[in-house]
Amino acid sequence: MKVSIPSPLRSYTDADEVEAEGVTLAELLDDLDRQYPGFRFRMIDEQGRIRPHMRIFVNRERAASIEQALDANDEVQILQALSGG
Amino acid sequence: MANDTIDRGPVTLLVGTKKGAFVLRSDAGREGWEIEGPHFLGHQSHHVVLDPRDGRTLLAATRAGHLGPTIFRSFDLGKSWKEVSGPPAFPQVEGESGRAVHHVFWLQPSSEAEPGVWYAGVSPPCLFRSEDAGDTWASVAGFNDHPLWGTWTQEGEDGTPDGSILHSINVDPRDPAHLYVGCSGGGVFESRDGGADWRPLNAGCRADFHPDKYPEFGQDPHCLRLHPLAPDVLWQQNHCGIYRMERPSDTWERVGDHMPRDTGDIGFPIELHPRDPDTAWVFPMDGSDVWPRTSPGGRPSVYRTRDAGQSWQRCDAGLPHDRAWWTVLRQSMTTDHHDPLGLYFGTTTGQVWGSRDEGDTWRPIVEHLPHVYSVELARNHS
Repeated sequence: MKVSIPSPLRSYTDADEVEAEGVTLAELLDDLDRQYPGFRFRMIDEQGRIRPHMRIFVNRERAASIEQALDANDEVQILQALSGG
Repeated sequence: MANDTIDRGPVTLLVGTKKGAFVLRSDAGREGWEIEGPHFLGHQSHHVVLDPRDGRTLLAATRAGHLGPTIFRSFDLGKSWKEVSGPPAFPQVEGESGRAVHHVFWLQPSSEAEPGVWYAGVSPPCLFRSEDAGDTWASVAGFNDHPLWGTWTQEGEDGTPDGSILHSINVDPRDPAHLYVGCSGGGVFESRDGGADWRPLNAGCRADFHPDKYPEFGQDPHCLRLHPLAPDVLWQQNHCGIYRMERPSDTWERVGDHMPRDTGDIGFPIELHPRDPDTAWVFPMDGSDVWPRTSPGGRPSVYRTRDAGQSWQRCDAGLPHDRAWWTVLRQSMTTDHHDPLGLYFGTTTGQVWGSRDEGDTWRPIVEHLPHVYSVELARNHS
């Protein structure tokens, strides 16, 4: 499935949209980390929590955890949270 | 006592800032300086350190506003960088309570006896070790999982404004298993078995903010330095004064009592003369009232002792004489190894100042950088 990538993570992907696979967000992130080593830890901490200033949306609904299941046609967006103005 | 060789060539300084890292290079006379960078623009670059044992491994501890912490490594003095494959991270635990590294604050190569070994101090105040020149890191369980860790560090919650940290990692050059560290709101801790076990080392050190003014632990060391040629000599710039200790004593002496009363002995950095264990420099800040953390009275100055802290001289020739409200953080002062020695510090307002005469006179060597977090000498011992 297609995954949109925010600007802070494009130094890893060199693209604002990439392809990755997984039946959960955790698997999808593992696939992204295989393709782009180091990617996962920058947005997910070592306890599996989404970092405070990162957001993941699945079909435009915010994901609360990386255990969320995915379908092959889901749209996944990784975004940087608004962190002060 | 061993000798320290005198350098005569160009000087390279590694500058970490709130918005990236810079490399400053001088000519042999230390007159002219060139600036290279920024590296990692926009990334908080807490510490950039060259391994003096091989003269080529350069580590940079960074994080970005949205992204987690990591370490980059260079083998060509910063011309190219590659992210390490396993930056410091705690083991995963079940449930919601597992610790996560917020940022890597302090990088420290071990001694000559352990090539390739590095330590890292992080927030929350914990210690990590690498045995492959910084590529992968493991939690030092003897400290991080010590039964008293939560008591010593108040669960890492009693932080400085930028978070509670483990810093000032000092490795005894005679014995790499002999370690000292400093923890915000925790104190100084010592291990003699390579980090397997630890004990507080805070006797004689005051904690004004504690109901018991001389507790076993809970002090707030800002910077701890072991003299490389006289490793029984420890110096400490603490939240509550300047201290010195000569082992085997385990009691700190408040040598800051000899500072001028109107300046006080509060500050962040303390830097030692590499060839003289009795000489040190500090940069006092205002620790009165609500703790402004600025130069006292807006008049910044380095203070120098040449007699092991029994007297201090104000060294402000060339520095602004008033209306300068900056300060110098704990990692932002360093020396070169020339004779006379060069002393350098970076400010919270983005200047790097240099002295070619051991602090007697100062001039700015770089201006308009971001908030400076660290200034380190890149020295090659190999």
